[in-house]
Amino acid sequence: MKSMKKGLTINQKQGLTGWFFLLPATILIFAMNFYPMLQALILSFKTGIGNNQTWGGLSNYARLLQDKVFHTAIINNFFYLIIQVPVMLILAIILATVLNKKDLKCKGLFRTMIFLPCCTALVSYSIIFKTLFAYDGYINTVLLNLGLISERINWLGQVSTAKVIIIIALIWRWTGYNMVFYLAGLQNIDESLYEAARIDGAGPIKAFFKITVPLLRPTILLTTIMSINGTLQLFDESVNLTNGGPANSTLTMSHYIYKASFEYNPQFGYAAAMSYVIFILVAVLSFIQMKVGDKR
Amino acid sequence: MRKLKNIGCYLFLTVVSLISIFPLYWMIAAATNNSTDILGGKLSIGTNFMNNLTKLLSQQDVGRAFGNSLFYSCILSLLSLVVCSIAGYGFEIYHDKVKDRLMSILLLAMMVPFAATLIPLFKLFTGMHLQSTWIAYVLPTISTPFLIMLFRQSARSFPMEIIEAARIDGLSELKIFFTIFIPTMKSTYAAAMTVTFMNAWNNYLWPKVIMMSGESQTMPMLVANLSVGYSIDYGVLMLGVLICSLPTGILFLILQKSFANGIVGAVKG
Repeated sequence: MKSMKKGLTINQKQGLTGWFFLLPATILIFAMNFYPMLQALILSFKTGIGNNQTWGGLSNYARLLQDKVFHTAIINNFFYLIIQVPVMLILAIILATVLNKKDLKCKGLFRTMIFLPCCTALVSYSIIFKTLFAYDGYINTVLLNLGLISERINWLGQVSTAKVIIIIALIWRWTGYNMVFYLAGLQNIDESLYEAARIDGAGPIKAFFKITVPLLRPTILLTTIMSINGTLQLFDESVNLTNGGPANSTLTMSHYIYKASFEYNPQFGYAAAMSYVIFILVAVLSFIQMKVGDKR
Repeated sequence: MRKLKNIGCYLFLTVVSLISIFPLYWMIAAATNNSTDILGGKLSIGTNFMNNLTKLLSQQDVGRAFGNSLFYSCILSLLSLVVCSIAGYGFEIYHDKVKDRLMSILLLAMMVPFAATLIPLFKLFTGMHLQSTWIAYVLPTISTPFLIMLFRQSARSFPMEIIEAARIDGLSELKIFFTIFIPTMKSTYAAAMTVTFMNAWNNYLWPKVIMMSGESQTMPMLVANLSVGYSIDYGVLMLGVLICSLPTGILFLILQKSFANGIVGAVKG
């Protein structure tokens, strides 16, 4: 009896220590994420410029429905999302599968080279791509010298190509990062499963779809959520590669929020309303992802 | 037949690797050439490196921006690792119903887009007159659900018997964490360090808003400033880009093995 009582106090003591351990992180997340979120909600119902804010009810949200630039920004974000995320993740999973082959040499070297783009700062790689694809840049010079094009293409100045360049840049920067997650996930798949499949006469493609993909599902879910989240919050690329142009055709939601808050007359309330749209989009998409990911 | 198939794999990997490193090589080559050569499509290493460096140093306070970035990123990574790892450990080792529920609430913060908290955070920090200080730079991103989850996941694979044995030996809970958990989880820390430092160094939107004074300028901000204007000196610009990419590149090359191992441990659960 006595020892049980003592055990209980030890448990309580340890429970308390546990709270002490997780308190700093918890307080910071509440103070730096949830509390500002709440503030943004209140702010989104206010209108005015700078610090002169008056209660405006739903007027900011009504304005969003009319704002063509914001609609363009949402469409741009979804365009990036729909094209870039699947292409990047499929490429990453294929690379990881190939790099996981037992009888391949120089795997470390290949892995390092493919991961290296992730080491560049977002600003840096945006500028590298901007310079490579500039009107008088390297890509145009090479294509011209090879005779593939007859005159220089204004890659970043045309609506049709500017978006594509952003997508190419994003895939270049992030494929290796996602590949590392898949490589890690593949380490946890038992090799004997593949051997059994081979004995049963299943080819590598069938093994990929019947073994690799189902067992990597948690990792696929994680990388998909991270990528969707990241794509919906794109900022650096939009600012430094194209500055949102031409004619807002590459402007992202985050970039527009930044512009509305800090570039023209600061309209904090309106920007906060826009940021809630992103929040809801991210939350809904993550929720759908988790539901779909859980079911199968 | 088998060999033939591997040739296909090698070809595929080589093409992807070349595409991956070409822009980086091009950056390095451009940093050693002058604007005319770069635009002319010169790909070899040139002789203009020192010239670019002198120009860059005379135009911009690179030393200060680099030092600022390094200082902010180191402090942020260090604090972040301590705060998040001890929390992840706490959530796993002492878990009960309330703590598990709290963890799922904290995970919701993953969905909070930074743009949504940008204005309130800006008002909060300027209200406390903390703009342009390292505190403003680090505080919003010290604690992240991603890192807490990473450490909770790796604490799951940490043998409970070791903790029990240490307790019998009379070690305090805090001491167990610092002298046993941290040294055993080196690869998780390396992975977390790599990710956190890269994020801290690359941070752009928040510093662009809050680091208003010239003295607090960071390296990505300096490079972004170099790239706007009518007559851009590409050699100088690419040298700036190169300098800005060095710390994260070096850190990754040093930690890459443990980085991979750390991620393996984290995605297991």
